[in-house]
Amino acid sequence: MIGAWIAVVVVGAATIALKGAGPVVFAGRPLPRPVVALMPLLAPCLLAALVVGQTVGDGRAVVVDARLAGVAAAAVALVLRAPLLVVLGAAAGVAAVARVLGAA
Amino acid sequence: MADDLLVRQPRSREFAAGMRAVAPIAVAVVLFGASFGILARDAGMGVVAPIVMSFTTFAGSAQFAVASVLGSGGAVVAAILAAVLLNLRYLAVGMSVAPSLRGGPLRRLAESQLAVDESWAVSQRNGRVDRDRLVGAGVVLMGSWCLGTVAGVFGGSAIGDPSDYGLDAMFPALFLALLVGQLDGQRSRVAAVAGGLIALTLTPLLPAGLPIVAATGGAAIALAVRS
Repeated sequence: MIGAWIAVVVVGAATIALKGAGPVVFAGRPLPRPVVALMPLLAPCLLAALVVGQTVGDGRAVVVDARLAGVAAAAVALVLRAPLLVVLGAAAGVAAVARVLGAA
Repeated sequence: MADDLLVRQPRSREFAAGMRAVAPIAVAVVLFGASFGILARDAGMGVVAPIVMSFTTFAGSAQFAVASVLGSGGAVVAAILAAVLLNLRYLAVGMSVAPSLRGGPLRRLAESQLAVDESWAVSQRNGRVDRDRLVGAGVVLMGSWCLGTVAGVFGGSAIGDPSDYGLDAMFPALFLALLVGQLDGQRSRVAAVAGGLIALTLTPLLPAGLPIVAATGGAAIALAVRS
């Protein structure tokens, strides 16, 4: 129990510091020039990494499971220019069906 | 007074736009918050600690990591290390949020805490973060996450596993949809492909969390590409 509290406090403090470091250190002054140049490219880069990580990542392993089927369905819906709700619904629905059919 | 209205109206519109943008995934966030609450309680973290963690850490993957390491009898240090590695990406996220925030250090620190993958992703506008969207989305997500955690620690396993309904596939689907909206030029495409490949290649090689930090190198690669 005391261990859990130590983890909660340390991880909480570390996360608050990680999220807040940029905004606090660069309060009222611009980011360094090289960082500014990178910022518009950070979104596509991190988003792609998040897609990969949350579709086939499982800790330190790459696994193919129902999530991949769901994301593939979302990709098809995006190509068909479906509204976001349909895209997300397709992802959840297909992943759920794939899981029933036996995909982990 | 009229000026004030003119300034305030678009701001509250963006705040509402942020709230609307994450509404489709809010239910999934509540359910995953609940499954964190259940897992954390089963891991012997009690009732209060998981709720405090959802308010302060407010980062799903790191919280699940702590609960599962502690639940499987792992060392506290190992749990902390895994969670901090998973959250290292927030240093980069925080930097990208920094130019959009206003006010003194305390207010900026408070607002930066609302940055989580999903709120940061939906608040991207013209290559930068829209502060009002970030706050609108962040408030909804934090509320959903904490509400779910409370329900999980008290309600127990009546809720079931949200993955059974495929809700875990909604998050990468949302990121994919937002990514498509970001691909407006050669450089952004290179950044996306490089970021995705780096993450995929390094996932089996590095502890969880570090591949996504390394993937930010994709932005530097894209910048080096002649446009």
